[in-house]
Amino acid sequence: MINCSSSFAHEHLLHRLHAIQQQYRHIPPHAMQQTASEFNVPLSQVAAVVAFYSFFSTQPRGRFDILFSNCTSCGYLTGERNLLQMFCQQLQVTPGKTRADGLVSIDETSCIGMCDQGASLLINGVPVTGLNAAKLTQIAQLIIDEIPLQQWPGAWFDIPDTIHRRDLLLTEHLIPGTALQRAFQYGVSETLAIIQQSGLRGRGGAGFDTGKKWQLCRAAPGKARYVVCNADEGEPGTFKDRLLLREYASALFEGMALCAFVIGAQKGFVYLRGEYRYLLPHLQTTLERRHDQGLLGNDILGQPGFDFDIDIVVGAGAYICGEESALIESLEGKPGIPRIRPPFPVTHGYLGQPTVVNNVETFIAAAHIAARGSAWFKTAGTPSSAGSKILSISGDCEKSGIYEYPFGVTVQQVLDDCGATDVQAVQTGGPAGTLLSPAEFGRAIAFDDAATGGSFLVFGQQRDLLAIHRNFAHFFAHESCGFCTPCRVGTQLLKNALNNIAEGRGAAADIDELQHLSRIVQHQSHCGLGHTAANHVLDGLRKFPQVFSLHLRPHFTARFDLDQALASARQITHRDDAGAHLDNER
Amino acid sequence: MTTGADTIRIDGEEIPFTPGQTIMDAALAAGIYIPHLCHYPGLPPSGNCRLCVVEIGNRSAAACITAAAAGQEIRNNTPELNEARQAITQMLFVEGNHICPSCEKTGNCKLQAMAYHLGMLDDHFPQFYQRRELDASHPDILLDRSRCILCDLCVRASRDVDQKNIFAIAGRGTNAHLIVNTPSGKLADSTMATTDLAANICPVGAILIKEKGYEVPIGQRIYDRQTIRETGLQEHVERKNDD
Ligand SMILES: Cc1cc2nc3c(=O)[nH]c(=O)nc-3n(C[C@H](O)[C@H](O)[C@H](O)COP(=O)(O)O)c2cc1C
Ligand code: SF4
Ligand code: SF4
Ligand code: FES
Repeated sequence: MINCSSSFAHEHLLHRLHAIQQQYRHIPPHAMQQTASEFNVPLSQVAAVVAFYSFFSTQPRGRFDILFSNCTSCGYLTGERNLLQMFCQQLQVTPGKTRADGLVSIDETSCIGMCDQGASLLINGVPVTGLNAAKLTQIAQLIIDEIPLQQWPGAWFDIPDTIHRRDLLLTEHLIPGTALQRAFQYGVSETLAIIQQSGLRGRGGAGFDTGKKWQLCRAAPGKARYVVCNADEGEPGTFKDRLLLREYASALFEGMALCAFVIGAQKGFVYLRGEYRYLLPHLQTTLERRHDQGLLGNDILGQPGFDFDIDIVVGAGAYICGEESALIESLEGKPGIPRIRPPFPVTHGYLGQPTVVNNVETFIAAAHIAARGSAWFKTAGTPSSAGSKILSISGDCEKSGIYEYPFGVTVQQVLDDCGATDVQAVQTGGPAGTLLSPAEFGRAIAFDDAATGGSFLVFGQQRDLLAIHRNFAHFFAHESCGFCTPCRVGTQLLKNALNNIAEGRGAAADIDELQHLSRIVQHQSHCGLGHTAANHVLDGLRKFPQVFSLHLRPHFTARFDLDQALASARQITHRDDAGAHLDNER
Repeated sequence: MTTGADTIRIDGEEIPFTPGQTIMDAALAAGIYIPHLCHYPGLPPSGNCRLCVVEIGNRSAAACITAAAAGQEIRNNTPELNEARQAITQMLFVEGNHICPSCEKTGNCKLQAMAYHLGMLDDHFPQFYQRRELDASHPDILLDRSRCILCDLCVRASRDVDQKNIFAIAGRGTNAHLIVNTPSGKLADSTMATTDLAANICPVGAILIKEKGYEVPIGQRIYDRQTIRETGLQEHVERKNDD
């Protein structure tokens, strides 16, 4: 039986399902029913949630459950080697299928945010980084010997953060309470005015004016207001929130409390991506410390009536939950399907009430601004993009890691600093962002130029860009929430079309087809995922056409692969006619 | 040319709207057809099929979930938009397993009728050939997920009109599929009845009432007599209820 008692009454549905998944290695039907009745929600809602999030399964996973990141930076394809394949052979596992004895299951998952740490995986949800053949061989042996994770070398679970450049936010730690003290001195309207004057714009990608967002939320009628921190950080190549949560969590909570003071909220949430669950104990300790310091709870810092608390809700593997309205759905214990917008979360957010959703970095910047003033913030940056931006740099460079720059820095400067030479292309903003060719390396990192939520992927000359496009296309097809037709089907078609070209079955017409398909996905989809899913294809076709055309066959080629189509029949019948092959003339 | 305080303009034609109406509501009320599959007047809109995407200035928006606002200049019946609609219809065809010639719904199917309306001549995209579960457990109702286009109409009809909440959509991306809200996941264990709106609203042949196939001869079926444009301008939930 599941050990659940009334103490779990306020537990989050995602947390309960995580506990069940841990206990049984899957979510069995009886547990779904029990959960539905305890949470007083329809069984179909629980089943839909289980089906939606990658980290829940209805079939038992292995006692050692391994998920390799498939990101272009922290993924399992390293140089010549396919680490996933190698590892599967060592343990005699088929990817995606739990070994018959239930010992181990191995699969892949979208970027786990370890891009500066080399090839990485999650084992029972815990990241292990810096993988190579030797380390994996050791891991395989530990698994065969069924050594519990607690007895594995502790150093394997260390994730060293390297900050290569510090600017406004990373130079000095915010002294706890200073931003709030200032805000109390100034009062709500003056504090809001300071945030507005600072020109702070959202760091999560879209770049919405933060002061305006807070003001709209404050002005919206509602029974309660909520502050939500978006720590879903799912964009492949982004890991700066990982660092901020690890090293600057106190400043984050101060920024959230500041927002609560301004908008009049009593409750806040941090929506933490499931891949970062290992940060949970640290975050909880930091919350407790701030409680003890009177920086959270009732009458914060003796300010009568200013009550504010923060809960952490951990996701379960779904990139789309970074989209703010999908995130709110997930907070409400539902699948992360983006809502109809408008109305926007500032007026109709969590439980239909006015809600501010901001990125981790945005809240930290806001706390610093309150403490030091808007003029201080504007000493860095450009007119459109005030302040600094924290970049997560990875890929083909000598020094991957965290770099904080004033907005306006050129791509070339960044490349020089991180030791990237012989660069073929840079992807800013992750797969959803922009692919830059060397001709554009003079462009500046800014909202109105080369924008990025933090991801900065460097691709050297030796990289096969088509493989990168296939990787990105696979990512979007896997992460599409499935709600709307153009994205659900279109991202799959894009993935298949790129595979066809790479496998030598593409003809000239397929290039037009890619364009056509990309535009439909971009223009007809429901949310930001679909709107941006084809950006990389359109950028690639425009800036690196040879990457695609090199693979095209000069004459008409069947899209369809006879061998693939006949494979299962051949397997079943145990026969393979030499005459039944098309490609003999190749 | 400017539009009035309570009017919008669709393809140059000025039409009135009342506050709270979507572009779709206003258009249908004025007899302007905007292609739609997942919308059914009288049920709350969803916005998932994306057939109804129109252009307002330089942005695209789904008419069924976008509020009408004074002065909107909307493009709807343009070659570009209809081409995109055709591509989306083709996507729906290749994603499922549509057996039109032998389907019980043929001639009464909205997906098929939409294809005719948009002049679709082939599937264009490669078929997905997905394996999807069939549920024949219910004595009177068949659920064939192969033909489901994930329009969510049965979900809303069952929840908001029948008050039974029998369906939900589960799974991400192309794994999305219709589930039944019973412990067994089977329709037989639900309270679904042939008189439910959910049993009758499916635009395609995914939810079928058993022993009723091919009752109407070719030539007299819904879309033999009318186009989807004509039916689309007439439909409303209440009316559907009493037939
Ligand atoms: C598919 C998708 C994924 C997103 N992922 C994130 C994310 O991981 N973190 C984030 O802060 N914003 C993400 N966003 C942007 C959020 O919707 C939202 O704009 C942001 O959290 C607002 O905070 P900000 O104004 O501080 O940037 C994503 C948007 C989309 C469409
Ligand atoms: S665009 Fe993609 S992710 Fe967004 S709602 Fe549509 S299917 Fe879901
Ligand atoms: S069964 Fe029919 S009504 Fe229900 S979602 Fe599928 S296509 Fe729509
Ligand atoms: S009718 Fe509007 S999206 Fe389907």
